[in-house]
Amino acid sequence: MVASTDLGFFLPGEVIKDIESKDKYTIIGPGLRRNEEDPNSLVATQAGRLTFRAPNTYWIESRRNRYIPKKGDLVVGVVTKKSGDILKVDIGCAEFAWLSLLAFEGSTKKMKPNVNVGDLIYAKLLNAHKEMEPELVCVDQYYKSGRLGVLPNEGVLINITLRLTHTLLNAENPLLRTMAKKFPYEIVIGVNGKVWIKANQAKDVLTLCKAFEAAELESEKSIIEACRQHK
Amino acid sequence: MSHVRKTIISNAEKLFLVKNLTEWKRLDGRAFDEFRDLEIQFGKDWGSCFVSLGKTKVLAQVSCELQLPKASRPSEGILSINLELNTMGDPNFQVGRQSELNSQLNRLLEKCIYDSKAVDLESLCVKMNEKVWSIRVDVNLLNHEGNILDCASIAALAALAHFRRPDVSCDGMEFKIHSIKERDPIPTVIHHYPVCISYAIFSGGKFIVADPTLLEERVAEAFLSVGLNAYKELCGLHLGGKAELSTDIILETTNKASKRAGCVVEIIKAAVEKDTNDKWVSTDYFNRFIFN
Repeated sequence: MVASTDLGFFLPGEVIKDIESKDKYTIIGPGLRRNEEDPNSLVATQAGRLTFRAPNTYWIESRRNRYIPKKGDLVVGVVTKKSGDILKVDIGCAEFAWLSLLAFEGSTKKMKPNVNVGDLIYAKLLNAHKEMEPELVCVDQYYKSGRLGVLPNEGVLINITLRLTHTLLNAENPLLRTMAKKFPYEIVIGVNGKVWIKANQAKDVLTLCKAFEAAELESEKSIIEACRQHK
Repeated sequence: MSHVRKTIISNAEKLFLVKNLTEWKRLDGRAFDEFRDLEIQFGKDWGSCFVSLGKTKVLAQVSCELQLPKASRPSEGILSINLELNTMGDPNFQVGRQSELNSQLNRLLEKCIYDSKAVDLESLCVKMNEKVWSIRVDVNLLNHEGNILDCASIAALAALAHFRRPDVSCDGMEFKIHSIKERDPIPTVIHHYPVCISYAIFSGGKFIVADPTLLEERVAEAFLSVGLNAYKELCGLHLGGKAELSTDIILETTNKASKRAGCVVEIIKAAVEKDTNDKWVSTDYFNRFIFN
């Protein structure tokens, strides 16, 4: 496992020099942009902690709550409006995203899935442009739904910070696995900070919520350390 | 000025919350009549107050100016309370025309503090028919996690209690406002401390939850806001939404609220007194005595 290193706090507009990446390639993640004046340095576009993962990946980890849609993101949203074949879905960004009822697996003009206002949807962002409404789909490129689609009403929706979603979605992070040893649960994490959880007992859901709340303030290392103790 | 975008609570959240309530549990682990932690902080200026109730955060600032009094009340000062809901507090509040929620909350605050005559307006008169102090309380919502009203009423009241206006003298013709360095600023006279206490009502009065969070507020069928002071005097009551409540339940809840009001007023008074003492001994005031 390659651990990421924290390189300190940066404010938007600050220039980051001393980029140490192998083979002259640098992969930049959220919150960073190439410096046009000096091609060998980067500029921060968000406030947060600069993080580096060997050999050549840089990104900024900030504690923002507001989601900005990006093409290909997997998100969880609430259906707020249904008009004809089009659903308006609140995914936590400035505008409601739209989702066609025909963008579900096996749906045709005559056979449409049963989706109601207030339902939760796990979908993929097909299109995210700053001057257009984001567009969602519930199928992949082979017209299969995979895990996308309408989520059952038995679970619960919670909001977490965007940074925590990245931490949880990291396959190497042991938090979800450690919790799974205590009790069984189902979880869907949208990168927009909305998380759907379903467990047998309400108590278990609340335990998970508390664990996430605690993890929000902790660094990756201390989460791993805490999980190790609970094994 | 704000316009509230219509937000929809997912069915999943609603079901989960109601299911938990039937098991006499709340999502954040509080008891039904338990309130969130209250914290009051003051800024450097007189009348600047920051209040947080759990994660709901509010900032209040009092300002004053000399004005012509209203023709109907020539010997009374003017007090206006202004609550602003902006996008910073909740992305669903949009800048634009005033929303229903905003005007409702504003009116409830006014009812609680202004209409209950908590602030002595006659002491704000400088010269009858000519000059009175106009005091304005601006309350800004910084973060919205439910129960704005309680938080805002505490902030407005604490800011008013903390506020001091400059002294004014008149030599027959001209009014002179003395700076803080020349004369000590004068505190506002407050007769009693009214605060709002809110409850959310579920299942037709079966479950009554104190200090509702954002989710509870949105799922609730009705809400009850009571304005009370430390002497158990009612300074406003508002029952919104739709629920068939018996008078017994309202009385019982109001009784519970009066206990809470007593605690809140104690906290406000203690916080104001502590900060005022700290301000007097701080170096700014000390310097003033040396240099003048």
